[in-house]
Amino acid sequence: MTAEQATASPAGSAWRDAWRPFWRRFRRNRAAVAGLIILAAIALIAAGADVLRPGDPFRLAGQPFAPPFGAFLFGTDSLGRDVAAGMVHGARTSLLIGLVATVAAVLLGTLIGGVAGYYGGWLDDLLMRVTEIFQTIPFFIFAILLVAILKPSIGSIVFAIAIVSWPGVARLVRGEFLSLRGREYVQASIVMGMPDARVIFLQILPNALSPIIVTGSLMIATAILTESALAFLGLSDPNVMSWGFQIGSGRTHLRTAWWVCTFPGLAIVLTALAINLVGEGLNDALNPRLRDR
Amino acid sequence: MSLAAQRTRYVLRRLLQAVPILLAIVVINFLLLQLAEGDAADVLAGEAGSATPEYMAALRAKFGLDQPLALQLLAYAKNAALLDLGYSFRHDTAVATLIAGRLGPTLLLMLSAMAIALVVGTLLGVLAATGLNTWRDNVITVLALVAYATPLFWIGLMLIVVFSINAGWFPVSGMENVAAFHSGWDRVVDVARHLVLPAITLSLFYLALYARLMRASMLEQSGMDYVTTARAKGLTETRITARHVVRNALLPVVTMAGVQMGNLVGGSVVVESVFGWPGLGLLAFESLFARDLNLLMGIFLLSACLVVVVNLVVDIVYALLDPRIELR
Repeated sequence: MTAEQATASPAGSAWRDAWRPFWRRFRRNRAAVAGLIILAAIALIAAGADVLRPGDPFRLAGQPFAPPFGAFLFGTDSLGRDVAAGMVHGARTSLLIGLVATVAAVLLGTLIGGVAGYYGGWLDDLLMRVTEIFQTIPFFIFAILLVAILKPSIGSIVFAIAIVSWPGVARLVRGEFLSLRGREYVQASIVMGMPDARVIFLQILPNALSPIIVTGSLMIATAILTESALAFLGLSDPNVMSWGFQIGSGRTHLRTAWWVCTFPGLAIVLTALAINLVGEGLNDALNPRLRDR
Repeated sequence: MSLAAQRTRYVLRRLLQAVPILLAIVVINFLLLQLAEGDAADVLAGEAGSATPEYMAALRAKFGLDQPLALQLLAYAKNAALLDLGYSFRHDTAVATLIAGRLGPTLLLMLSAMAIALVVGTLLGVLAATGLNTWRDNVITVLALVAYATPLFWIGLMLIVVFSINAGWFPVSGMENVAAFHSGWDRVVDVARHLVLPAITLSLFYLALYARLMRASMLEQSGMDYVTTARAKGLTETRITARHVVRNALLPVVTMAGVQMGNLVGGSVVVESVFGWPGLGLLAFESLFARDLNLLMGIFLLSACLVVVVNLVVDIVYALLDPRIELR
């Protein structure tokens, strides 16, 4: 109900009425609030990367293998690149790819799952078969192959992550649509002669939004982890700094310079953890009845 | 219908259901081939330049690259069905042979990781559920959350720093100390020592998942009627937990583990390349570096098939073991 009101008049008082109880329930989960604060800090650092560490993060900043907490906060790597500079610029890459890939995957999954759940019948069978196949394929190797064939770039990485992430959303949305389609208000809209697209987008979708938002928020963390693993294996955009790339380039000097791998890895853990905490908080706030699960 | 006949029907049916999935995987592989730069022969030959013109011509003829796309797909599917995945010029060996040689270590790693994840994960889940909302439960929950958020390759590298480089307990990489020429029991011990860190690394994510799943499952089961009955009978809480609740709570965990067995293939790429474990994953990593796309596609095809087969076996074994599961 609240989501529907919110879309009806996004700027009016209905929006505030929906927002207040949401925020009250979200705030009750202290871990989620902590996650939100961490995430906001990381986003700020990413946004201010050019101010915090101006210049190209690939630039040689000093002596190679300078230890951390000296002239350089997190030391330098084998080529004398500033690890901290790489990390602040890498934050941008991680957040950007995680967000864009997830949005793409959620849109694709919602479209496929929505059509399957709304129309049912052979279309549903066909689409669910395709979804199943995509779920069976080992997703990480598929992503590797896609990026390797398309040549690593921000675009190909986003594409690959989106392609391997949509099936979960499709199944979820299909389930929601199947159950919502039988509701009276949806039946009434159909009988009134409302076009399918309007029923789908204006009647059913707003009511299926909360589980989609929760799943999507958790998917961002997975997308960031996948992106970092791809970059670690050498599949990163050569012009863009990323945490996975830093760890991948530091691994051969693990014995002499542990810090090159350690700090960017901590950044990944912190980001993914914060996103997961926020996702659970969203779950609590959007599905209050499921809290005990 | 007798139970035996029902079971045979079920197994046959599941086998049939796997066929379209395998076909789809071949089609996807074929489409990826079309996406790559140059024509399929360039990719199959492992980047132009390393193959002789005669071989390229032979490849083009074999895959009928002047034919319509549908016929090309047919030729590709035929070759895949015959396990003819082409030739890797970097390794100077047929792709199928290369993959077959690497399958063993990967399976060893995957099975060990799954065993660790299941045993430790369920144990932690039981500990958390029996000490609900105590420090035990909280510590396990926090650890699980962190494990979810940690990239496998990074935790692998950190384990190497701590346990191999600083403590010197475990070897840094590889599957065995080839130079030592161990044989018999010594070799088993040697491989086991090499296995510890990669298996733990690969298991961590699933361990966390099963701990949480087991905890939730235990809590669900403990509200069931049979638990009340057992309590009314005068059984001790320990006995109720050990004999009744845990057994029933295990079911969803084992199901999940069966489904996820295949996903371990993906994780093993990263873990094997961190630890130099000579399996399919390391082969995939090497083929990435050599830009040996054909080999990479062969690995993808085979690992996807591996997932289908593993899922099939798990499903069938599972259905045969648990009489409550409907054979549909």
